[in-house]
Amino acid sequence: MSAIAHEEHGHHEAHGHHDHEHHEEHFVSKYIFSHDHKMIGKQFLITAVFMGVVAMLLSILFRIQLAWPGESSDFLSFFLGETWAPSGILKEDMYLGLVTIHGTIMVFFLLTGGLSGTFSNLLIPLQVGARDMASGFLNMLSFWFFLISSVLMFCSLFIETGPAMAGWTIYPPLSALPQAVSGSGLGMTLWLLSMTIFIAGSLIGSLNYIVTVLNLRTAGMTMTRMPLTIWAFFVTAILGVLSFPVLLSAALLLMMDRLAGTSFYLSDIIVGGEMLTNHGGSPLLFQHLFWFLGHPEVYIVLLPALGLSSEIISTNSRKPIFGYRAMIGSILAIGFLSFIVWGHHMFVTGMNPFLGSVFVFTTLLIAIPSAVKVFNYLTTLWRGSLVLTPAMLFAIGLVSTFITGGVTGIILADSALDIAVHDTYFVVAHFHIVMGMSAVFGMFAGVYHWFPKMYGRMMNTRLGYAHFWITIIGAYGVFFPMHFVGLAGAPRRYYDYSVYSEFDQGSLDMMMDLNVIITVFAIFAAIGQLLFLFNFFYSIFRGPVAPQNPWNSTTLEWTTPVEHIHGNWPGELPTVHRWPYDYSKPGADTDFIPQNVPLAEGEEEH
Amino acid sequence: MMGSKLIALLVIVLGVVAIAQLVRVYELSSKLRKRGEHEITDRDNNLNGRMMFLFVIALYAFFLWLVVRYGWTGRGEAASTIGRETDWLLNVNFAIIIAVFVLTNTLLFYFSYRYVRKEGVKAFYYPHNNKLEMLWTVVPACVLAVIIILGLKKWNDATSAASDEAIRVELFSKQFDWTARYSGYDNMLGRFDYKLTTDKNELGLMTTATIDSAIFAMEHGVTGIDSLEAKLNNRKIMLVPEEREKMETDLSRKQRLIRLLYQMQAHHDKKMDRAAQDDIIQKDTLYLCANKEYEFNFRAKDVIHSAYFPHFRAQINTVPGMTTRFKFTPDITTKEMRVKKNDAKFNYVLMCNKICGGAHYKMKMIVVVLSEKEYNKWMKGVQAKTFKTIFSPAPAAPAAPASGSDTTGVVMDTVAAPAVVKK
Repeated sequence: MSAIAHEEHGHHEAHGHHDHEHHEEHFVSKYIFSHDHKMIGKQFLITAVFMGVVAMLLSILFRIQLAWPGESSDFLSFFLGETWAPSGILKEDMYLGLVTIHGTIMVFFLLTGGLSGTFSNLLIPLQVGARDMASGFLNMLSFWFFLISSVLMFCSLFIETGPAMAGWTIYPPLSALPQAVSGSGLGMTLWLLSMTIFIAGSLIGSLNYIVTVLNLRTAGMTMTRMPLTIWAFFVTAILGVLSFPVLLSAALLLMMDRLAGTSFYLSDIIVGGEMLTNHGGSPLLFQHLFWFLGHPEVYIVLLPALGLSSEIISTNSRKPIFGYRAMIGSILAIGFLSFIVWGHHMFVTGMNPFLGSVFVFTTLLIAIPSAVKVFNYLTTLWRGSLVLTPAMLFAIGLVSTFITGGVTGIILADSALDIAVHDTYFVVAHFHIVMGMSAVFGMFAGVYHWFPKMYGRMMNTRLGYAHFWITIIGAYGVFFPMHFVGLAGAPRRYYDYSVYSEFDQGSLDMMMDLNVIITVFAIFAAIGQLLFLFNFFYSIFRGPVAPQNPWNSTTLEWTTPVEHIHGNWPGELPTVHRWPYDYSKPGADTDFIPQNVPLAEGEEEH
Repeated sequence: MMGSKLIALLVIVLGVVAIAQLVRVYELSSKLRKRGEHEITDRDNNLNGRMMFLFVIALYAFFLWLVVRYGWTGRGEAASTIGRETDWLLNVNFAIIIAVFVLTNTLLFYFSYRYVRKEGVKAFYYPHNNKLEMLWTVVPACVLAVIIILGLKKWNDATSAASDEAIRVELFSKQFDWTARYSGYDNMLGRFDYKLTTDKNELGLMTTATIDSAIFAMEHGVTGIDSLEAKLNNRKIMLVPEEREKMETDLSRKQRLIRLLYQMQAHHDKKMDRAAQDDIIQKDTLYLCANKEYEFNFRAKDVIHSAYFPHFRAQINTVPGMTTRFKFTPDITTKEMRVKKNDAKFNYVLMCNKICGGAHYKMKMIVVVLSEKEYNKWMKGVQAKTFKTIFSPAPAAPAAPASGSDTTGVVMDTVAAPAVVKK
């Protein structure tokens, strides 16, 4: 990697025709404590890929237990050893630990840190025409906080009492009382510590994104000429700034309950034979605070993915995105509504039913901007001239999972129906498709599409295709049957469904049938990810060198040289003259007109 | 075993090498044809387009197969009046969302197939159309309005208070089991306080006797204040620092609790005793009477649990420090359901549906719905085991649950099934 770097470096020195002051960069300042947004984006990506692989592996471990409960597995004993999988059979506590850490890593480290961190960093300065983020130093800090929190979370898997085991939502009192489950000891402390650092990093990053978007747009780049990616990152960052501090306060209060003997969340508890004196706290308070972040979090994960796919679908349909302003409007509407719907996670927690009905109303409203987005994507594809690159396939896959997962949200948002399926596998299926798969597809689409911008090389297309087909077949194969397991009433976070044999053999047979199908698809999909990993790392070093604008795209990042330079543009910053979606404009010579091309005589802006 | 691991490792390494070689061959051939990796050939493009279309058909086939084979089988017919309405509404909603799912996915994948790049066909420049956008804002909004109205109506019905005649039952949850408490003759659940919990009073019910006994246990019990103080002050006993610290914390906690218990004793109204004394505590199996409305109260001892009755479509969390509630009316007896499901061993169940620790998945209680006659008979069998008789068994006195004033044989039946007879 350093060889390439020096080459790039030398090349760049030789040209030396940019007005940015340049100084000799050391390995450390270039690769480790980098202030450059492109490098920081890549650091986020690599860290997130590592965390993603870990979380995926955890899911395979517990899927094996669910499909073949009580059967010894070499795979389990290899990874978990005698402590957590004596003679190859997973322990109950560790099952909960695996589920918890899988969820935490996927939601926060892969899909928040990874997705937003990678692409906001890479694309915001490049697409708005800035030399770098508003503060390179803070940007670096944001990555380092992310890295430290990732390391802490990863380490918590290896401690004696096990990782946090209260589910990724860490509801107290379970998460507050080490007597209740072993993971609520040191494991939970590490979880809270890691998340605290994560939140700090995320806040610094988000503030930086917001400031950059507002202040560092190049001449002509008005807000309504910004690509939808930037709009998505911008609103995502605002959501993060407003909601993550609330999670931080929830975590701090929990920390106080655990360490200082306060009673924010605890009241009238007897656990492990000990009568606690805590009185007056409310576990519901935690849930309100948690979901005040938790629901915007869903959109913190989703919006960047939707932004990326808007860009990719438009480019590869060779058509403008349909209803650009409506798309911006729906991003803003989703962003706003996401703050007033958190209670739909709490319909059956004992919250006042009237409050529940308010949340039903606000939640179902979100379906409207979501529907607008879907129909706009469809109309963008309609009568396009589609180039099905791997990125495009993943972006279309995202629209599909967004629909499929979205419609089941209507059932869950309806409190009267939620009673019947709350906390069953129906919910697990719903959020994995709508949030998990959509965001992961968006992330893959982004990586395939902007890989040339990140590494100056191309990824292998054929492997990309194979990866896409395996992933989408695997994803639907895993999560489609899960709906039926959920409708059969199977509660989530159950270690073993064999208990059903005591009262309903028919249901058990059905669940076990489906659980085996699900696990087989999960393993299939996981193996498919090896193709991606190989393609990714191979192409970083050996991929064919990329042309400057491989996808014939209009946005500014493709006007920068292939070789990365500090300051992005060698000469003056480009000036923007048009919106980012002038594809196949009638009267133009080419089927795309980059944003920095002035309007031709008599040409109208869209 | 070591051997198989080695082989697995070898296969992986060889696999990676094989892919690397394939990729290199592919790259060389592209180079020869002077094709960049970013240029997608028509062949690849059309192939993927066709596969998109095939995929969506396969997806629908998979969906149909799942519906036909597994549809509602797992859960079966709803066994409560509210549950039946839930299922109706669920089906209405499913009809709507499946229509949307099929319509939009079909368009999506069909377009991906139909509009792949073709020689000489230019994309249609179509940036926006306000009428169309209005259409797909207003139509979903109208559909959602229907969904919201139907849903909220049902939600209000389901969560409103039960009628006065409803039989009151408390379900008490702890790691990892359920205990039921029937309200007895007066159909009133006695008061409780967690501080009164002792071995003999697991649910912490509040009567004069339980308060006295809790105070006694906390002061003079095996690990009571007296014994802790004695141990801590006894210079002859050597304690490791951790042990000492633990005992000191325990002592200070108990000293705080005992003050609260004395306060409780001072304020306790003896008239409230009766409500608790005639309560009947029932473990393992919850017996319900068909076609009677039930009002359930829920409590948790340690962490949050969730009372989930899948067959009655009812669910609510149980939360330490607060009481939650819901109601439903079971209307199919276990026997009838066994015939319907053609499964002689089938039982209704109450499961825990909120992660609560290692054995979370085992935390359940079998629920048996009896016909009125059977229920009365069962009640007759347990009615003598009131809380009062269990807490302070009086061997000399005859078993007289709700005070001995009116216990004739005939009235015993009324005692047996209070709410049933009231109607």
